[in-house]
Amino acid sequence: MIHQYDAVIVGAGIAGLTAALQASQTCHVAVLSKIYAPRAHSGSAQGGISAALGNEEEDHWEWHMYDTVKGGDYLTDQDIAQILAREAPQRLIELEHLGVPFSRNTQGKIEQRRFGGHTRNFGEAPVRRACYASDRTGRVIMDALYDHCMVRGVEIFDEVFITSLLRSEGKVCGVAGYKLATGEPMIFHAKAVLLATGGCGRIFKTTSMAFAATGDGFALAYDAGVPLEDMEFVQFHPTGIHKLGILVSEAARAEGGILRNGKGEAFMERYAPTLKDLAPRDIISRAILTEIAEDRGINGKDFVYLDLSHLGKAQLEQKLSEVTSFVQTYLGIDASQSPIPVAPTCHYMMGGIPTDAVGHVLADGKNQVLGGLYAAGECACVSVHGANRLGTNSLIDLVVFGKRAGTDIARYVAQNNLPSLPSGAESAVKEKAQGLLESQGNERISQIRAEMQKTMTQQCSVFRDRPNLEEALCKIGELKARYAQVGLSFKGKRCNYELEDALELGNMLKLAEAIAYSALLRQESRGAHFRNDYPQRNDHDWLKHTLLAQTPNGIQVDYKPVTVTRFKPRARTY
Amino acid sequence: MQVKLRIFRFDPQTDLQPHYDTFTVNSEPTDRVLDCLNKIRWEQDGSLAYRMSCAHGICGSDGMTINGVSALACQKLVKDFPPDKEILIEPLSVFAVVKDLVVDLEPFFEREKSVHPSGGIALTEAAEDVEHLQSMEERARFDDDIKCIMCGCCVAACPVNQGEDPAYVGPAAVVRAHRYIFDSRVGDTLKRLQIMDTPHGVWSCKSYFKCTQVCPKKIQITKHIVEVKRKILSDLRHKK
Repeated sequence: MIHQYDAVIVGAGIAGLTAALQASQTCHVAVLSKIYAPRAHSGSAQGGISAALGNEEEDHWEWHMYDTVKGGDYLTDQDIAQILAREAPQRLIELEHLGVPFSRNTQGKIEQRRFGGHTRNFGEAPVRRACYASDRTGRVIMDALYDHCMVRGVEIFDEVFITSLLRSEGKVCGVAGYKLATGEPMIFHAKAVLLATGGCGRIFKTTSMAFAATGDGFALAYDAGVPLEDMEFVQFHPTGIHKLGILVSEAARAEGGILRNGKGEAFMERYAPTLKDLAPRDIISRAILTEIAEDRGINGKDFVYLDLSHLGKAQLEQKLSEVTSFVQTYLGIDASQSPIPVAPTCHYMMGGIPTDAVGHVLADGKNQVLGGLYAAGECACVSVHGANRLGTNSLIDLVVFGKRAGTDIARYVAQNNLPSLPSGAESAVKEKAQGLLESQGNERISQIRAEMQKTMTQQCSVFRDRPNLEEALCKIGELKARYAQVGLSFKGKRCNYELEDALELGNMLKLAEAIAYSALLRQESRGAHFRNDYPQRNDHDWLKHTLLAQTPNGIQVDYKPVTVTRFKPRARTY
Repeated sequence: MQVKLRIFRFDPQTDLQPHYDTFTVNSEPTDRVLDCLNKIRWEQDGSLAYRMSCAHGICGSDGMTINGVSALACQKLVKDFPPDKEILIEPLSVFAVVKDLVVDLEPFFEREKSVHPSGGIALTEAAEDVEHLQSMEERARFDDDIKCIMCGCCVAACPVNQGEDPAYVGPAAVVRAHRYIFDSRVGDTLKRLQIMDTPHGVWSCKSYFKCTQVCPKKIQITKHIVEVKRKILSDLRHKK
């Protein structure tokens, strides 16, 4: 079935819905989601959304910009960080005007709390910059956007899996996929396409990300020949619930929670004397794993404790009720009484599809705009988070750059004609699915996926080195070959989740390779990318963005410079 | 430990009637029912259809009927079920089955939408560059509502939705309405009360409390429904 719209947005999280709401003022917009739209993973965001409102104490966008640049270990493009920090307060107020129920302070204004790496006066001490709604900030923002999109007539197509971008006349002109419930091919023909499909944490064994976070948007662009930028920078959040990986928000430490090792020591004092437990995530994740490696885990095991017991039941209920309920449900622990076992969990991709400041996808990763294609949110790399994202900067990224993309899509739609639909769009979808359905191979999806996750977790996560990365790449290559022999046990069309699993695994394997390959190339340590064999940051050789593209001759590597404006790279201590 | 699950199977396009399949999986006591379903689909039967995404009770995808009670499969641990008995897994009641445990939630989301006045969502005036002021008490008034994840468990458990009045807008939609009606910043309260004060609106609720009992987010749903009824009586009927 062929649908025609001015713009099609793939992904119904906060970036997608923000862009949809903006573009729908003048355009006919469809939002596509592979799960029901209100299930998008933005809804899992807990702790807050940053904006220098100054509701609690003095704050300035310049301080926010500085923290973002330093937090990103100077790989952040500073012109972009400036946009984020400057536009954040107005976007925040707009969200409030849409009805987002932010928590309030005693003056009736939006309440703000501390968060990792956010400081006053260029690093002096923590500042209250994170606006929030208890620990369900993402959920309430997404709900408000969803309500407005529904009421304003944005058309939402739930449970549609997109398998390819459509191109003609040198531009992107839609997407093709199929309806999960029936297997029926679906073609969306449009002047503009926005990819806002979120992250790909499921490449790793332990992650805070949803099962749906399989990097489909990254893969759509990568398969279309667009390079991926800075894929080596993967954030591991320091406080995932041990083994499960479910997130315990940084807000827990913002409200006074303390990390303790097996000796009961508040060990962050040794790693970040000024910010301690509110240091950026990359630093805390390394600290936790160092404590564990040096036998100071809890009872010699592979986790540490996050202690919230001194905060009291009332504060936990008011400010951290989701987190305390997770801990109760899954561990049977009352956080007001006992510490929570935590360890780093894969949480966020700093890298992604290269875009400019209005969301245009860059065909060469540098400055060549690919007409009709936009990206925003976690799958995009506008390079605002650099080598390490600060907590609460992702939600503000979604609304700042989601709105910018939506605005430019409206302009583009008004100025351009609809390219013709390429012939054979429908058959391409059918072939992709048919190939998997008819395969006589006997490799199992779950087996290959488990091996990929194990490899990436053991050899390409917080600490990396050349031998391990080479081995990981070799293993991923082997898994890719085995993937070509994958066989499905169910061949039906209706609700074939096994087919979806297979398509997602194909996407993840390519991205796993891109992550490991970028990590092997980067011979320095910066932000979330730490090389045991190159433990120092090396600005002379590596103050640049990695670009990896798929070509018929294999992966092609390129680099582009980092935009440095106000803040010259300096040693990064907290 | 070994866990046995007895699972409802039905493809309305090919099956004349539903049947049940029993699967045995090896699990840890702390595994979620969802982990068991995943093991079945990944290792035993790729045709088993169910939805899931976040696996920690935030996205609302994996609502189903577990031992007769609407619940999220990712919030139920196998150790909390009798060890020697099968765990019975069926789709959410009320909704049409698409396949196995997957039900058609389009009517559910349509009803969520129906609580909004057609003109849009109207907040009171505020200057362009500042937020509405709202006291902590005013904000607390609807704090419980915003925990809703739209999983549909309450509607599936509601005896009114199940039979007495299938067209009842349902507990989740009333919670959605309550969230706006009791938000001090919202300017179209009367319109919202009028929408609730229609046939199949809030008055269809007979306070069975089933919604409150099953809500995975522990929302005091019945209490909020009663508050909407009272608000209609005080603000709408009184003015008439």
